[in-house]
Amino acid sequence: MSDAPMQAQQPAAGAESEPVLTVRNLRAWYGTMGDPVRAVDGVSIDLRAGETVGLVGESGCGKSTLGRAIMGLLPDGAAVAGEVRYRGRDLVGLPQRDLRSLRGPDLGLVFQEPMTRLDPLVTIEDHFLETLRAHEPDTDTDEMRRRSLAALAGMGIPPTRFKQYPHEFSGGMRQRIMIALALALNPKVVIADEPTTALDVIVEAQILQILADLRRNFDAALLLITHNLGIVAETCDRVAVMYAGQIVEEGPAREVFTEPAHPYTRELLRSTISLSTTGLHHIPGAPPSLVDPPSACRFHPRCPNAMEVCARKDPIEMTPGAEEGRPREGRVLCWLHGPADEIPPGGERPLERGEIALAEEA
Amino acid sequence: MHMPKFAGIRRMAARIQEAKGAPRWILYVGVGIVVFFVILAIFAPLIAPYGFDQVSSDGMRFPKQASPSSDHLFGTTVQSTDVLSRTIWGARTAIEVVVLSVIFSIAIGVPLGLVSGYIGGKLDRGLVLIMDALFAFPYLLLAIVVAFLLTDKLNDFFLSNLFGAGIVTAAVAITVVYIPQYFRVVRNHVISVREEPYVEAARALGAKRRTIIGRYIFYNVIQNVPALATLNAADAILTLAALGFLGYGIQPTEAAEWGYDISRAIDDVGAGIWWTGVFPGMAIVLLVTGFTLVGEGLNDVLNPLIRYRRIRKPKIPAAQGQEAS
Amino acid sequence: MSRKGSLRTYVLTRLVLAIPTVLILLTMVFLLMRVAPGNPIQVALGGHLSQQEIDRRSAEAGYDKPIPAQYVEYLGDVFTGNLGTTLTDHRTVTSIIVENGSATLELTIAAMLVALVVGLTVGILAGRFRDTPIDLGGRLFGIVVYAAPVFFVGYLLQLLFGSTLHWLPTSGRVGPVTEFELDTTTHLYLIDSLISGNFNAFWDAVTHLILPAVTLGLLVSGVLIRLVRVNLMQTMRGDYVEAARARGVSERRVVLEHAFRNALIPVVTVAGLQFAILLGGAILTEQTFNWPGIGSELVRYLNERDYIAVQGIITVFALAVVLVSLLIDLINAFIDPRVRY
Repeated sequence: MSDAPMQAQQPAAGAESEPVLTVRNLRAWYGTMGDPVRAVDGVSIDLRAGETVGLVGESGCGKSTLGRAIMGLLPDGAAVAGEVRYRGRDLVGLPQRDLRSLRGPDLGLVFQEPMTRLDPLVTIEDHFLETLRAHEPDTDTDEMRRRSLAALAGMGIPPTRFKQYPHEFSGGMRQRIMIALALALNPKVVIADEPTTALDVIVEAQILQILADLRRNFDAALLLITHNLGIVAETCDRVAVMYAGQIVEEGPAREVFTEPAHPYTRELLRSTISLSTTGLHHIPGAPPSLVDPPSACRFHPRCPNAMEVCARKDPIEMTPGAEEGRPREGRVLCWLHGPADEIPPGGERPLERGEIALAEEA
Repeated sequence: MHMPKFAGIRRMAARIQEAKGAPRWILYVGVGIVVFFVILAIFAPLIAPYGFDQVSSDGMRFPKQASPSSDHLFGTTVQSTDVLSRTIWGARTAIEVVVLSVIFSIAIGVPLGLVSGYIGGKLDRGLVLIMDALFAFPYLLLAIVVAFLLTDKLNDFFLSNLFGAGIVTAAVAITVVYIPQYFRVVRNHVISVREEPYVEAARALGAKRRTIIGRYIFYNVIQNVPALATLNAADAILTLAALGFLGYGIQPTEAAEWGYDISRAIDDVGAGIWWTGVFPGMAIVLLVTGFTLVGEGLNDVLNPLIRYRRIRKPKIPAAQGQEAS
Repeated sequence: MSRKGSLRTYVLTRLVLAIPTVLILLTMVFLLMRVAPGNPIQVALGGHLSQQEIDRRSAEAGYDKPIPAQYVEYLGDVFTGNLGTTLTDHRTVTSIIVENGSATLELTIAAMLVALVVGLTVGILAGRFRDTPIDLGGRLFGIVVYAAPVFFVGYLLQLLFGSTLHWLPTSGRVGPVTEFELDTTTHLYLIDSLISGNFNAFWDAVTHLILPAVTLGLLVSGVLIRLVRVNLMQTMRGDYVEAARARGVSERRVVLEHAFRNALIPVVTVAGLQFAILLGGAILTEQTFNWPGIGSELVRYLNERDYIAVQGIITVFALAVVLVSLLIDLINAFIDPRVRY
């Protein structure tokens, strides 16, 4: 983790105000030949203006799906249920035409692989003009060019390269162009899906700086989806930890990282390699099947602290530390935090199970 | 590593069983059509009411250009031949030529592709150059020229005694056109497969070149061939018909050929006589479609990249309670 | 890196690379013609003239020289534009190209137009509305069109529009009156009639062109449909398409501007390869409709065993194939900026 000033530590500008986007009990399932894949299975989260929320989890836990479900960009074979409220409207079930008019000026999405996200036959200039024309058709073309160049300049792309083709840019520059495109119309909510995973470390730092500046310059709410905890620690105000399609813990970044409430978060942090790592730690077992997830608490087959109740009753969302009288900001989905009166007698015994079965999936 | 015999074929059969919906039906319809024509071809003497150049029966000459009737279900031509019979005998001609040419093409193109792809080097480059040039040549032109040059030359060839010189000529002409296709497909596949880990492992264990090509690469590559062969067969019929239409390859006295019949039928258009051309033409369309469906069906079923199954949107039930089921 | 500069370099390089291909094809033609035993003069005129006369003419034409010498002479002739004179009716192959070639050119251009309109439209519809009845219908259309030999389609069209409905003529390029009257400057009758302001002739030429052009065009469209459909389905799943949707670009624009244009790239290449099919189809179409193009001339000369004519015509075909392939590469470079060196 770098020495860059921890901007994420300051309280976010709009932390106390109304959320810009509220997600309630969102479920996104993919159809298959057999049973559906329950990629997002009951997720609730709020995004506030000027705030950066990190969404972390292993590969295949449903993070990308969540991002796309919010934007309404899931493929035809997927079904979405639940509620996504933006400016008083529920985006779930909104007709594509209405969603399309929101994408750009209200909702923005930055993708993972910048290399393939630009049409190779179209100049950068035309990419911008197309986007602007789609939403503000009455604007004068020169004005559009001016705004596009300004957006690009903000990303460090010189105006001389405005008319070039995508293949003439490096990966890092293409990602910057993608970000400029996503921000061109000043969306209030920006979702960044693994924006730096495909880039090398130095470029990654530049991109992260840009994203961090987003808060100050645009007052947008940013949902940063990644599997890299280091990035989250550097840039995010809050962090949500996702496992098997559900959010198991959420809270201010600093607190979640220094005092993780959920065993999975704790294990994730321990698995992170840093300069002080002496031995490799890993979480035994493999990521669970999203078609047939484990019963009750989905982490129970791999959890070092699992209790009997964890395999029998769905955990209830609690404020961490509430049971002990020291409530912290945030929420956690784990029986370790109670409520004690919901746990049946004997439920607190450690869970008996055989050797944690290795990858049924792999 | 011991690969069971016919593993490739068994895998193919399994995938056909698994495929659901449209691709399977396409395959079955196509196979049905092809089988129908093969039966016509084999049993032509029994099924066709008359010979392919028969102009009379019981001493009575057939009417000229008679429209379809109970005596002649498909009518007669200007030469007093029975259209139905000629159409059925034409099936035999078509199937014979197609089978011969596909066998020849595979027998030459596939081994060449295997060897060229695996050994590489100058041999490969030379062969690729020749094959590409052949490939670039307008196929019909090539077939015409070859058929033309071979006319009357193959009379002593052993196959000619079995099938007739004209049929063998046509088959050879078509073969020349299609060898590059098999060569190219097989060679490209061999090149991509030859660097696979299991081949490398075999080499490291000291397997002979012949074994590697024969056992490992062959069974893997051979999976591409059936689909290509059926599409090839479809093309071959069209090429044969084109040759017949232009008057090359098969002499009218030797055998009935659909393309030739259509060329004669064009003169009948002015008089409004439609049966002399429509029936042979429909036969061509049907048989070619049959082969194409088999080829497409096989492709759809076997090729996982293109395989696309209709996926239904799942129904998400209302939120569940807290108790685990 | 200016766009014009790199395009120019590409064009030049491509032209230079075409030369070896041309040489190979010419060699192939030469060898093909020498496969038949006896020299062309012997074969064409044997039995019509005395052996002495034949021998004299053969020597004159250079057929007694060793094969390599003949080869060099052949190449030299081709590059100086001397493609020979036919044996049977003493036309220069060059004049055949001009007079009959223009007929074939007119036919193929019209046919390509038909093929593009039909093929692209049906292909886009089938690809866009994949797995719906529209798609199935389009695919079925493509299969049947491919399965019907071009001469059968021509025959059916003749039956329907010529014989039954009497709407369109079924044979020849123009009627006898126009043939007599028309001032042929370019030998492209549509253009010639417009130039000389002869609208009767123009109409005559058009009506004669319709059936053959539709026949040949349908043949090629079958292949185009399948190509466009498959490629469109692929590009519509492309990453940049998803990204464009994420910016709220309309579906129509996404399909036509992004998916379709990218889908065109492989289509353009393969369409070029279809030229070989087009040539074969042209020969058959010309026979079906008595269209006086190079195809029917080739057939005629083949039947008369006029090898020099055949050699000359096939040489032109081979060169045409190379030319078209070159054109295709150039179009590709124009469309796709990644291709240019």
